[in-house]
Amino acid sequence: MLEFSLDARRGSFHLQVECTFASDWTVVFGPSGSGKSTLLRLLAGLDFPSMDRPTRGRIALDQRALTDTATGVHIAPGHRQTALVAQQPALFPHLNVAANVAYGLRNLDRSARAARVEEMLALAGASDLAARRPQDLSGGETQRVALARALAPAPRLLLLDEPFSALDGRASDALLERLQLWLRENQVKAVMATHDVTDALAMSAEVLLLSEGRLKALGPAAEVLATERERIVARLKSC
Amino acid sequence: MDWQAFALSLRLATVTTAILLAIAVPLAALLVLGRSRWLAALEALATLPMVLPPTVLGFFLLVLLGPRTAVGRGITALLGHPLAFSFNGLVVGSVIYSLPFAVQPLVAGFASVDTALVDAARLLGAGPLRLVTSILVPLARRSLLAAIVLSFLHTIGEFGVVLMLGGDIPGSTRTLSIVLYNQVENFDYAAANHTAAILLGMSVLALALIYSKTKKRGSVRGA
Repeated sequence: MLEFSLDARRGSFHLQVECTFASDWTVVFGPSGSGKSTLLRLLAGLDFPSMDRPTRGRIALDQRALTDTATGVHIAPGHRQTALVAQQPALFPHLNVAANVAYGLRNLDRSARAARVEEMLALAGASDLAARRPQDLSGGETQRVALARALAPAPRLLLLDEPFSALDGRASDALLERLQLWLRENQVKAVMATHDVTDALAMSAEVLLLSEGRLKALGPAAEVLATERERIVARLKSC
Repeated sequence: MDWQAFALSLRLATVTTAILLAIAVPLAALLVLGRSRWLAALEALATLPMVLPPTVLGFFLLVLLGPRTAVGRGITALLGHPLAFSFNGLVVGSVIYSLPFAVQPLVAGFASVDTALVDAARLLGAGPLRLVTSILVPLARRSLLAAIVLSFLHTIGEFGVVLMLGGDIPGSTRTLSIVLYNQVENFDYAAANHTAAILLGMSVLALALIYSKTKKRGSVRGA
Protein backbone atom coordinates (compact mmCIF):
# COMPACT_ATOMS: atom_id res chain seq x y z
CA MET A 1 0.00 0.00 0.00
CA LEU A 2 1.31 3.42 -0.98
CA GLU A 3 0.26 6.29 1.28
CA PHE A 4 1.24 9.90 0.87
CA SER A 5 0.37 13.34 2.07
CA LEU A 6 2.19 16.09 0.20
CA ASP A 7 2.25 19.86 0.18
CA ALA A 8 4.74 21.13 -2.38
CA ARG A 9 5.27 24.49 -4.03
CA ARG A 10 7.06 24.91 -7.37
CA GLY A 11 6.97 28.61 -8.20
CA SER A 12 3.31 29.55 -8.57
CA PHE A 13 2.23 25.89 -8.75
CA HIS A 14 0.96 24.30 -5.54
CA LEU A 15 0.51 20.56 -5.22
CA GLN A 16 -1.56 19.45 -2.25
CA VAL A 17 -2.65 15.82 -2.19
CA GLU A 18 -3.31 13.23 0.46
CA CYS A 19 -4.36 9.71 -0.43
CA THR A 20 -3.74 5.97 -0.23
CA PHE A 21 -3.29 3.69 -3.21
CA ALA A 22 -4.64 0.27 -2.27
CA SER A 23 -4.50 -1.17 -5.77
CA ASP A 24 -1.34 -2.62 -7.33
CA TRP A 25 -1.85 -0.52 -10.44
CA THR A 26 -2.96 3.09 -10.13
CA VAL A 27 -3.37 5.61 -12.91
CA VAL A 28 -2.84 9.28 -12.13
CA PHE A 29 -5.00 11.06 -14.65
CA GLY A 30 -5.15 14.77 -15.32
CA PRO A 31 -4.52 17.40 -17.96
CA SER A 32 -1.06 18.75 -18.70
CA GLY A 33 0.09 20.95 -15.83
CA SER A 34 -2.13 19.26 -13.25
CA GLY A 35 0.89 18.08 -11.23
CA LYS A 36 1.27 14.46 -12.37
CA SER A 37 5.01 14.64 -13.06
CA THR A 38 5.64 16.65 -9.88
CA LEU A 39 3.79 14.03 -7.86
CA LEU A 40 5.78 11.19 -9.43
CA ARG A 41 9.11 12.97 -8.84
CA LEU A 42 8.23 13.51 -5.21
CA LEU A 43 7.22 9.86 -4.79
CA ALA A 44 10.57 8.90 -6.37
CA GLY A 45 12.38 10.97 -3.76
CA LEU A 46 13.71 13.58 -6.20
CA ASP A 47 13.59 17.29 -5.19
CA PHE A 48 13.53 16.27 -1.51
CA PRO A 49 14.66 18.07 0.59
CA SER A 50 15.21 21.28 -1.29
CA MET A 51 15.76 24.82 -0.16
CA ASP A 52 14.29 26.38 -3.29
CA ARG A 53 11.45 23.88 -3.59
CA PRO A 54 9.69 23.81 -0.22
CA THR A 55 7.88 20.58 0.38
CA ARG A 56 6.20 19.10 3.42
CA GLY A 57 4.70 15.69 3.75
CA ARG A 58 4.99 11.98 4.24
CA ILE A 59 5.34 9.07 1.82
CA ALA A 60 5.11 5.48 3.03
CA LEU A 61 5.25 2.24 1.07
CA ASP A 62 3.81 -0.80 2.86
CA GLN A 63 3.98 1.16 6.12
CA ARG A 64 7.67 1.96 5.73
CA ALA A 65 8.30 5.71 5.70
CA LEU A 66 10.26 6.74 2.63
CA THR A 67 9.94 10.42 3.38
CA ASP A 68 8.61 12.20 6.44
CA THR A 69 9.53 15.86 6.72
CA ALA A 70 8.10 16.03 10.26
CA THR A 71 10.66 13.54 11.56
CA GLY A 72 13.40 14.37 9.06
CA VAL A 73 13.23 10.98 7.34
CA HIS A 74 14.20 10.95 3.70
CA ILE A 75 15.49 7.84 2.00
CA ALA A 76 17.62 8.81 -1.00
CA PRO A 77 16.19 8.08 -4.48
CA GLY A 78 18.46 5.12 -5.16
CA HIS A 79 17.71 3.45 -1.85
CA ARG A 80 13.92 3.49 -1.67
CA GLN A 81 13.41 0.65 -4.18
CA THR A 82 11.44 3.00 -6.39
CA ALA A 83 11.95 3.30 -10.13
CA LEU A 84 10.82 6.12 -12.37
CA VAL A 85 10.41 5.99 -16.12
CA ALA A 86 10.15 9.60 -17.21
CA GLN A 87 8.28 10.87 -20.22
CA GLN A 88 11.59 11.91 -21.80
CA PRO A 89 13.79 8.91 -20.97
CA ALA A 90 17.29 9.96 -20.08
CA LEU A 91 19.50 7.14 -21.33
CA PHE A 92 23.20 7.69 -20.63
CA PRO A 93 24.51 8.71 -24.07
CA HIS A 94 28.07 7.46 -23.48
CA LEU A 95 26.95 3.91 -22.61
CA ASN A 96 25.38 1.35 -24.90
CA VAL A 97 21.94 -0.10 -24.20
CA ALA A 98 23.24 -3.12 -22.22
CA ALA A 99 25.44 -0.88 -20.06
CA ASN A 100 22.52 1.47 -19.47
CA VAL A 101 20.35 -1.40 -18.23
CA ALA A 102 23.23 -2.74 -16.11
CA TYR A 103 23.91 0.64 -14.46
CA GLY A 104 21.75 -0.08 -11.42
CA LEU A 105 23.04 -3.65 -10.96
CA ARG A 106 26.42 -3.07 -9.35
CA ASN A 107 25.60 -5.42 -6.49
CA LEU A 108 25.32 -8.41 -8.87
CA ASP A 109 28.27 -10.38 -10.16
CA ARG A 110 29.12 -10.28 -13.85
CA SER A 111 27.14 -13.31 -15.01
CA ALA A 112 24.07 -12.51 -12.89
CA ARG A 113 24.18 -8.96 -14.19
CA ALA A 114 24.34 -10.10 -17.82
CA ALA A 115 21.45 -12.50 -17.27
CA ARG A 116 19.37 -9.78 -15.64
CA VAL A 117 20.07 -7.35 -18.47
CA GLU A 118 19.04 -9.99 -21.00
CA GLU A 119 15.84 -10.76 -19.05
CA MET A 120 14.84 -7.10 -18.75
CA LEU A 121 15.54 -6.31 -22.39
CA ALA A 122 13.44 -9.32 -23.41
CA LEU A 123 10.59 -8.14 -21.19
CA ALA A 124 10.72 -4.70 -22.79
CA GLY A 125 10.96 -6.20 -26.29
CA ALA A 126 14.40 -4.70 -26.79
CA SER A 127 16.69 -7.76 -26.89
CA ASP A 128 18.08 -6.86 -30.29
CA LEU A 129 19.13 -3.40 -29.10
CA ALA A 130 21.72 -4.46 -26.50
CA ALA A 131 24.77 -3.28 -28.41
CA ARG A 132 23.23 -0.10 -29.80
CA ARG A 133 23.96 3.44 -28.63
CA PRO A 134 21.08 5.59 -27.29
CA GLN A 135 21.66 8.11 -30.09
CA ASP A 136 20.81 5.41 -32.64
CA LEU A 137 17.45 4.48 -31.10
CA SER A 138 13.99 5.65 -32.12
CA GLY A 139 11.69 7.24 -29.54
CA GLY A 140 9.82 4.00 -28.95
CA GLU A 141 13.04 1.97 -28.61
CA THR A 142 14.38 4.51 -26.15
CA GLN A 143 11.27 4.14 -24.02
CA ARG A 144 11.57 0.34 -24.07
CA VAL A 145 15.21 0.54 -22.92
CA ALA A 146 14.31 3.08 -20.22
CA LEU A 147 11.69 0.67 -18.91
CA ALA A 148 14.17 -2.24 -18.90
CA ARG A 149 16.73 -0.10 -17.04
CA ALA A 150 14.18 1.00 -14.43
CA LEU A 151 13.00 -2.57 -13.76
CA ALA A 152 16.46 -4.16 -13.64
CA PRO A 153 17.26 -3.36 -9.97
CA ALA A 154 13.94 -5.01 -8.93
CA PRO A 155 12.04 -2.03 -7.50
CA ARG A 156 9.04 -2.43 -5.24
CA LEU A 157 7.34 0.62 -6.70
CA LEU A 158 7.39 1.52 -10.40
CA LEU A 159 6.46 5.06 -11.40
CA LEU A 160 5.63 5.60 -15.07
CA ASP A 161 5.24 9.10 -16.48
CA GLU A 162 3.49 8.68 -19.84
CA PRO A 163 6.08 6.03 -20.59
CA PHE A 164 4.82 4.72 -23.92
CA SER A 165 3.90 7.95 -25.67
CA ALA A 166 6.31 7.20 -28.53
CA LEU A 167 4.99 3.67 -29.14
CA ASP A 168 2.11 2.96 -31.49
CA GLY A 169 -1.13 1.68 -29.98
CA ARG A 170 -0.60 -2.02 -30.71
CA ALA A 171 3.02 -2.08 -29.51
CA SER A 172 2.06 -0.12 -26.42
CA ASP A 173 -0.80 -2.51 -25.57
CA ALA A 174 1.41 -5.59 -26.01
CA LEU A 175 4.16 -4.13 -23.84
CA LEU A 176 1.70 -3.01 -21.19
CA GLU A 177 0.18 -6.48 -21.02
CA ARG A 178 3.60 -8.13 -20.55
CA LEU A 179 4.57 -5.50 -18.02
CA GLN A 180 1.41 -5.89 -15.93
CA LEU A 181 1.88 -9.65 -15.82
CA TRP A 182 5.52 -9.27 -14.76
CA LEU A 183 4.64 -6.72 -12.09
CA ARG A 184 1.96 -9.01 -10.66
CA GLU A 185 4.34 -11.99 -10.58
CA ASN A 186 7.03 -9.92 -8.88
CA GLN A 187 4.63 -8.07 -6.56
CA VAL A 188 5.65 -4.64 -7.78
CA LYS A 189 3.20 -1.77 -7.39
CA ALA A 190 2.87 0.65 -10.28
CA VAL A 191 1.67 4.20 -10.57
CA MET A 192 1.27 5.51 -14.11
CA ALA A 193 0.65 9.14 -15.01
CA THR A 194 -1.26 9.89 -18.20
CA HIS A 195 -3.35 12.63 -19.72
CA ASP A 196 -4.86 10.18 -22.22
CA VAL A 197 -8.33 9.18 -21.04
CA THR A 198 -8.46 6.12 -23.29
CA ASP A 199 -5.24 4.82 -21.66
CA ALA A 200 -6.73 5.36 -18.23
CA LEU A 201 -10.02 3.67 -19.12
CA ALA A 202 -8.37 0.77 -20.96
CA MET A 203 -6.47 -0.31 -17.89
CA SER A 204 -9.59 -0.46 -15.71
CA ALA A 205 -7.36 0.38 -12.78
CA GLU A 206 -7.70 2.54 -9.73
CA VAL A 207 -7.61 6.15 -10.95
CA LEU A 208 -6.53 9.29 -9.14
CA LEU A 209 -7.99 12.33 -10.85
CA LEU A 210 -5.72 15.30 -10.43
CA SER A 211 -6.54 18.89 -11.35
CA GLU A 212 -4.42 21.99 -10.66
CA GLY A 213 -2.46 20.13 -8.02
CA ARG A 214 -5.51 18.93 -6.10
CA LEU A 215 -7.08 15.49 -5.79
CA LYS A 216 -10.52 15.56 -7.42
CA ALA A 217 -11.43 11.88 -7.18
CA LEU A 218 -9.96 8.47 -6.39
CA GLY A 219 -11.60 5.17 -7.28
CA PRO A 220 -12.30 2.66 -10.07
CA ALA A 221 -11.69 4.03 -13.58
CA ALA A 222 -15.31 3.46 -14.63
CA GLU A 223 -16.55 5.69 -11.78
CA VAL A 224 -13.89 8.39 -11.69
CA LEU A 225 -13.81 8.82 -15.45
CA ALA A 226 -17.54 8.32 -16.11
CA THR A 227 -17.97 11.86 -17.46
CA GLU A 228 -14.91 11.52 -19.70
CA ARG A 229 -16.18 8.18 -20.98
CA GLU A 230 -19.61 9.64 -21.81
CA ARG A 231 -17.92 12.51 -23.64
CA ILE A 232 -15.93 10.08 -25.78
CA VAL A 233 -18.95 7.88 -26.50
CA ALA A 234 -21.03 10.94 -27.48
CA ARG A 235 -18.26 12.09 -29.81
CA LEU A 236 -18.02 8.65 -31.43
CA LYS A 237 -21.79 8.52 -31.94
CA SER A 238 -21.82 11.91 -33.61
CA CYS A 239 -19.23 10.73 -36.18
CA MET B 1 68.33 27.97 -23.18
CA ASP B 2 68.05 27.30 -19.43
CA TRP B 3 67.07 23.61 -19.46
CA GLN B 4 67.06 23.45 -15.68
CA ALA B 5 64.40 26.19 -15.54
CA PHE B 6 62.52 24.50 -18.39
CA ALA B 7 62.45 21.16 -16.51
CA LEU B 8 61.48 22.89 -13.26
CA SER B 9 58.60 24.71 -14.99
CA LEU B 10 57.34 21.43 -16.46
CA ARG B 11 57.64 19.69 -13.08
CA LEU B 12 55.84 22.53 -11.31
CA ALA B 13 53.04 22.59 -13.90
CA THR B 14 52.62 18.79 -13.83
CA VAL B 15 52.47 18.53 -10.02
CA THR B 16 50.18 21.58 -9.78
CA THR B 17 47.82 20.25 -12.46
CA ALA B 18 47.58 16.83 -10.78
CA ILE B 19 46.79 18.40 -7.39
CA LEU B 20 44.36 20.83 -8.98
CA LEU B 21 42.42 18.02 -10.67
CA ALA B 22 42.12 16.16 -7.38
CA ILE B 23 40.69 19.32 -5.80
CA ALA B 24 38.75 20.83 -8.71
CA VAL B 25 36.72 17.80 -9.85
CA PRO B 26 34.99 17.22 -6.47
CA LEU B 27 34.75 20.97 -5.83
CA ALA B 28 33.09 21.63 -9.21
CA ALA B 29 30.72 18.69 -8.65
CA LEU B 30 29.80 20.10 -5.24
CA LEU B 31 29.19 23.55 -6.73
CA VAL B 32 26.93 22.10 -9.46
CA LEU B 33 25.07 19.40 -7.53
CA GLY B 34 25.04 20.90 -4.03
CA ARG B 35 22.16 22.91 -2.64
CA SER B 36 23.68 24.66 0.36
CA ARG B 37 23.35 28.43 0.59
CA TRP B 38 27.10 28.60 1.34
CA LEU B 39 28.04 27.35 -2.12
CA ALA B 40 27.87 30.83 -3.64
CA ALA B 41 30.46 32.00 -1.10
CA LEU B 42 32.59 28.94 -1.81
CA GLU B 43 32.46 29.58 -5.57
CA ALA B 44 33.40 33.24 -5.02
CA LEU B 45 36.35 32.13 -2.90
CA ALA B 46 37.47 29.63 -5.56
CA THR B 47 37.25 32.32 -8.24
CA LEU B 48 39.03 35.02 -6.21
CA PRO B 49 42.57 34.20 -7.45
CA MET B 50 41.39 34.99 -10.98
CA VAL B 51 40.76 38.66 -10.15
CA LEU B 52 43.43 39.12 -7.48
CA PRO B 53 46.72 40.60 -8.77
CA PRO B 54 49.31 37.77 -8.68
CA THR B 55 51.74 39.88 -6.68
CA VAL B 56 49.07 40.51 -4.04
CA LEU B 57 48.33 36.79 -3.80
CA GLY B 58 52.07 36.04 -3.69
CA PHE B 59 52.56 38.61 -0.92
CA PHE B 60 49.70 37.20 1.19
CA LEU B 61 51.07 33.68 0.77
CA LEU B 62 54.58 34.83 1.60
CA VAL B 63 53.33 36.35 4.85
CA LEU B 64 51.03 33.40 5.62
CA LEU B 65 53.73 30.80 5.06
CA GLY B 66 56.46 32.84 6.74
CA PRO B 67 57.58 32.85 10.39
CA ARG B 68 55.18 35.65 11.37
CA THR B 69 52.06 33.47 11.39
CA ALA B 70 51.10 30.35 13.33
CA VAL B 71 50.42 28.56 10.03
CA GLY B 72 53.91 29.35 8.75
CA ARG B 73 55.55 28.38 12.03
CA GLY B 74 53.53 25.14 12.13
CA ILE B 75 54.54 24.19 8.60
CA THR B 76 58.19 25.01 9.33
CA ALA B 77 58.09 22.84 12.46
CA LEU B 78 56.45 20.03 10.48
CA LEU B 79 58.74 20.10 7.43
CA GLY B 80 61.89 21.32 9.08
CA HIS B 81 62.09 24.26 6.68
CA PRO B 82 59.77 27.12 5.63
CA LEU B 83 57.58 26.67 2.55
CA ALA B 84 58.44 30.10 1.20
CA PHE B 85 61.38 30.10 -1.23
CA SER B 86 61.07 26.35 -1.88
CA PHE B 87 59.62 24.23 -4.69
CA ASN B 88 56.84 22.98 -2.40
CA GLY B 89 55.94 26.56 -1.58
CA LEU B 90 55.67 27.29 -5.30
CA VAL B 91 53.34 24.31 -5.69
CA VAL B 92 51.07 25.66 -2.92
CA GLY B 93 51.05 29.11 -4.52
CA SER B 94 50.45 27.71 -8.01
CA VAL B 95 47.57 25.52 -6.86
CA ILE B 96 45.83 28.51 -5.26
CA TYR B 97 46.63 30.84 -8.16
CA SER B 98 45.44 28.43 -10.88
CA LEU B 99 42.44 27.05 -8.96
CA PRO B 100 39.81 29.07 -10.90
CA PHE B 101 41.29 27.94 -14.21
CA ALA B 102 40.64 24.33 -13.24
CA VAL B 103 37.32 24.85 -11.45
CA GLN B 104 35.53 27.16 -13.90
CA PRO B 105 35.68 24.91 -17.03
CA LEU B 106 34.61 21.95 -14.91
CA VAL B 107 31.69 23.84 -13.37
CA ALA B 108 30.58 24.88 -16.87
CA GLY B 109 30.98 21.31 -18.16
CA PHE B 110 29.20 19.64 -15.26
CA ALA B 111 26.39 22.21 -15.34
CA SER B 112 25.79 21.46 -19.02
CA VAL B 113 25.08 17.79 -18.28
CA ASP B 114 21.32 17.21 -18.51
CA THR B 115 19.85 17.07 -14.98
CA ALA B 116 17.57 14.25 -16.15
CA LEU B 117 20.70 12.07 -16.54
CA VAL B 118 21.80 12.96 -13.02
CA ASP B 119 18.33 12.13 -11.68
CA ALA B 120 18.32 8.82 -13.59
CA ALA B 121 21.69 7.86 -12.11
CA ARG B 122 20.56 8.81 -8.58
CA LEU B 123 17.41 6.71 -9.02
CA LEU B 124 19.59 3.78 -10.02
CA GLY B 125 21.56 4.07 -6.79
CA ALA B 126 24.55 6.20 -7.80
CA GLY B 127 26.12 8.01 -4.86
CA PRO B 128 28.05 11.28 -5.28
CA LEU B 129 31.35 9.55 -6.18
CA ARG B 130 29.81 7.30 -8.84
CA LEU B 131 27.74 10.17 -10.17
CA VAL B 132 30.92 12.15 -10.75
CA THR B 133 33.05 9.34 -12.15
CA SER B 134 30.45 7.57 -14.29
CA ILE B 135 28.25 10.44 -15.50
CA LEU B 136 29.66 13.94 -15.01
CA VAL B 137 33.31 13.36 -15.95
CA PRO B 138 32.67 11.19 -19.05
CA LEU B 139 30.02 13.59 -20.32
CA ALA B 140 32.18 16.65 -19.65
CA ARG B 141 35.42 15.25 -21.11
CA ARG B 142 36.12 18.38 -23.12
CA SER B 143 35.79 20.56 -20.03
CA LEU B 144 38.15 18.23 -18.20
CA LEU B 145 40.69 18.58 -21.00
CA ALA B 146 40.25 22.36 -20.94
CA ALA B 147 40.78 22.38 -17.15
CA ILE B 148 43.98 20.32 -17.50
CA VAL B 149 45.42 22.43 -20.31
CA LEU B 150 44.50 25.79 -18.77
CA SER B 151 45.87 24.81 -15.33
CA PHE B 152 49.09 23.55 -16.90
CA LEU B 153 49.64 26.60 -19.10
CA HIS B 154 48.65 29.06 -16.42
CA THR B 155 51.21 27.52 -14.08
CA ILE B 156 53.91 27.47 -16.77
CA GLY B 157 53.38 31.17 -17.43
CA GLU B 158 52.88 32.46 -13.89
CA PHE B 159 55.30 35.12 -12.75
CA GLY B 160 54.05 37.33 -9.94
CA VAL B 161 53.30 34.58 -7.45
CA VAL B 162 56.53 32.74 -8.31
CA LEU B 163 58.68 35.82 -7.84
CA MET B 164 57.00 36.85 -4.58
CA LEU B 165 56.83 33.42 -3.01
CA GLY B 166 59.79 31.62 -4.54
CA GLY B 167 62.26 34.28 -5.49
CA ASP B 168 64.91 33.24 -7.99
CA ILE B 169 66.75 30.16 -6.77
CA PRO B 170 68.24 28.08 -9.63
CA GLY B 171 66.98 24.50 -9.62
CA SER B 172 64.49 25.21 -6.87
CA THR B 173 62.27 28.17 -7.76
CA ARG B 174 63.69 29.66 -10.98
CA THR B 175 61.08 28.94 -13.64
CA LEU B 176 61.07 29.89 -17.34
CA SER B 177 59.12 33.09 -16.72
CA ILE B 178 61.73 34.20 -14.14
CA VAL B 179 64.49 33.34 -16.63
CA LEU B 180 62.72 35.49 -19.25
CA TYR B 181 62.49 38.38 -16.77
CA ASN B 182 66.20 38.07 -15.95
CA GLN B 183 67.13 37.96 -19.64
CA VAL B 184 65.17 41.15 -20.35
CA GLU B 185 66.68 42.85 -17.31
CA ASN B 186 70.15 41.96 -18.64
CA PHE B 187 69.22 43.29 -22.12
CA ASP B 188 69.80 39.78 -23.55
CA TYR B 189 66.96 40.09 -26.03
CA ALA B 190 68.10 37.20 -28.24
CA ALA B 191 67.86 34.76 -25.34
CA ALA B 192 64.63 36.39 -24.14
CA ASN B 193 63.20 35.97 -27.60
CA HIS B 194 64.09 32.28 -27.52
CA THR B 195 62.52 31.74 -24.08
CA ALA B 196 59.39 33.70 -25.01
CA ALA B 197 59.06 31.67 -28.23
CA ILE B 198 59.13 28.43 -26.23
CA LEU B 199 56.41 29.68 -23.85
CA LEU B 200 54.35 30.90 -26.80
CA GLY B 201 54.79 27.62 -28.71
CA MET B 202 53.65 25.57 -25.71
CA SER B 203 50.54 27.72 -25.33
CA VAL B 204 49.60 27.53 -29.01
CA LEU B 205 50.16 23.76 -29.07
CA ALA B 206 48.00 23.16 -26.01
CA LEU B 207 45.17 25.38 -27.23
CA ALA B 208 45.30 23.68 -30.64
CA LEU B 209 44.85 20.38 -28.82
CA ILE B 210 41.65 21.65 -27.14
CA TYR B 211 40.24 23.07 -30.36
CA SER B 212 41.09 19.94 -32.37
CA LYS B 213 39.04 17.91 -29.91
CA THR B 214 36.17 20.38 -30.33
CA LYS B 215 36.40 20.08 -34.09
CA LYS B 216 36.38 16.26 -33.98
CA ARG B 217 33.16 16.32 -31.95
CA GLY B 218 31.61 18.78 -34.37
CA SER B 219 32.46 16.67 -37.41
CA VAL B 220 31.05 13.51 -35.78
CA ARG B 221 27.85 15.35 -35.00
CA GLY B 222 27.54 16.68 -38.49
CA ALA B 223 28.13 13.26 -40.08
